[in-house]
Amino acid sequence: MKLIRILTMALALIGLAQTATHAQPLRIVIDEGVIEPLPVALPTFVASGGEAAQYAEEITRLIAADLTGTGLFREIPASAHISSVTSFDAPVAYSDWKAINAEALVVGAVEMGGEGDLVIKFRLFDVFSGAALGEGLQFSGTVSGWRRIAHKVADVVYSRITGEGGYFDSRVVFVSEQGPKNARQKRLAIMDYDGANVQYLTDSNSLVLAPRFSPSGDSVLYTSYESGRPQIYVLDVASVNRVALDTSGGNMSFAPRFSPDGESVVFSLEQGGNTDVYTVGLDGSNMRRLTDSPSIETAPSFSPDGSRIVFESDRSGTQQLYVMPASGGEATRISFGPGRYGTPVWSPRGDLIAFTKQNAGRFHIGVMRTDGSEERLLTASFLDEGPTWSPNGRVIMFTRESQGESGAPALYSVDISGRNLRRVATPSAASDPAWGPLQN
Amino acid sequence: MKHLTIPAMLIGALALSACDRNSRFGDDAATAGAGGIVPGSPSDPASPAYFEQTIGDRVLFAVDQSTLSGEAQDVLAKQASWLMENPEYSAIVEGHADEQGTREYNLALGARRASAVQSYLIDRGVAPNRLRTVSYGKERPLEICSDETCYAQNRRAVTVLTAGAGTS
Repeated sequence: MKLIRILTMALALIGLAQTATHAQPLRIVIDEGVIEPLPVALPTFVASGGEAAQYAEEITRLIAADLTGTGLFREIPASAHISSVTSFDAPVAYSDWKAINAEALVVGAVEMGGEGDLVIKFRLFDVFSGAALGEGLQFSGTVSGWRRIAHKVADVVYSRITGEGGYFDSRVVFVSEQGPKNARQKRLAIMDYDGANVQYLTDSNSLVLAPRFSPSGDSVLYTSYESGRPQIYVLDVASVNRVALDTSGGNMSFAPRFSPDGESVVFSLEQGGNTDVYTVGLDGSNMRRLTDSPSIETAPSFSPDGSRIVFESDRSGTQQLYVMPASGGEATRISFGPGRYGTPVWSPRGDLIAFTKQNAGRFHIGVMRTDGSEERLLTASFLDEGPTWSPNGRVIMFTRESQGESGAPALYSVDISGRNLRRVATPSAASDPAWGPLQN
Repeated sequence: MKHLTIPAMLIGALALSACDRNSRFGDDAATAGAGGIVPGSPSDPASPAYFEQTIGDRVLFAVDQSTLSGEAQDVLAKQASWLMENPEYSAIVEGHADEQGTREYNLALGARRASAVQSYLIDRGVAPNRLRTVSYGKERPLEICSDETCYAQNRRAVTVLTAGAGTS
């Protein structure tokens, strides 16, 4: 992972403008049902030299795409700008930006550093307060990592205005699919959160299902038919080396997820047709059975503090969600609405559980509080399933499969208020996304 | 010899084209045996093709169920007899689900269906070491439309013959 080492965040710039004291600070509060996106001006970053100029335009466009892609920001087009920014250090013409109703302004500069690195600095301004919002920052990295630098800038802007962590500099592992519905070929792939930089992690000789990132993002758990039956593997993302997880006994192992400390795995093991939830150390030690019931117990997911596990079971007669202590023991049912509930995933913030709901012939992605209250359905279609959380717990990505003989899956994202449903670009059909952590 | 071989090849070709997929045991059905039975063809009671097509290699299930219907039990009883008469074969029972369900649940449901078939065959006398199960959940539908006519065919357990007498 060369990129991570090379891409470094430098110190905040010195000598920056007065720290602002805001009567009403520039702020989007995501919980409060934002309907009107915040207008932001993103004049093309100032480039020193021809080589920097080619990146300046692309980096500025990508920052804009990240911000407007959230549905929380609206970019004021350059054609409407009154001022042009020709120098990074020039005083900000607040009145010109105010006149076009830009509430936020991002000014930046791109130059080539030593050894051909890109150096990017930027400042965020609260136009109506007439002051900088936070300090100016500088990032540097290899030119091939320009997208990551742009995502990092966008993360800072998003973070300062929403008060939430960002999620643009993150990756998604998923299953890339090709071929007809009755002979799908599947292979693992990884990409940036916005669909860029797709790399394949396995070949398509064996069916693969449901990859899940480790907390660090360095490795991935998934299920493969490589041995002839479903078994869990651990794959190192950098080297693409894989090893079977040692789950002694049982016929089929599947539905793995890491514990929050990355040391153990919670998963399902099937024996004699009966599926239950187990944990095992990543090295195969301490395998323990957590449920013992003739019904189907699967799709387990840890709470972020590691103390509890949410899973699905049909012990009541239909698929429903249950929460139990991480060591097993008594499980409490938390889903009670009409229909069936599956694939629960605990939010990284700990406050919500996302799930798939099947009711009256439709599938939904929804969220509920961890005690099952305040259920909210975010989507509806012929087949939506398998939610995964953005690192800041504000956006959910999932699989949406279209109907019929030519039906195929694609990745979509939606925010936790149910707004901003978007298709995520992938080179071919795609399913089972798992969103990784923010990168360093 | 020449007169015998040609019609036998024709029968073999017809049988293959009636089958929706290739036999797993090659196409050595071209040599005619006594009494008009083509070895390896669906008319040869000792052949995998007979097992797959004449007996039927699959049973179907109701939505969300792994219970064996009377019809399914009839098919499985014949499968069990065949397996006991042909000890040189083992079998993998593949469990499948339709697309109306989440991926993990359907894997578990497919395992239930495969296991129900395996248990039935064992109850009818097939040695347990000749039977394995695998679930494909909703990953390998046979029919690809998105309505009940296809779903009914996809909720299945298929007994797939493998060469060899099984493992201990």
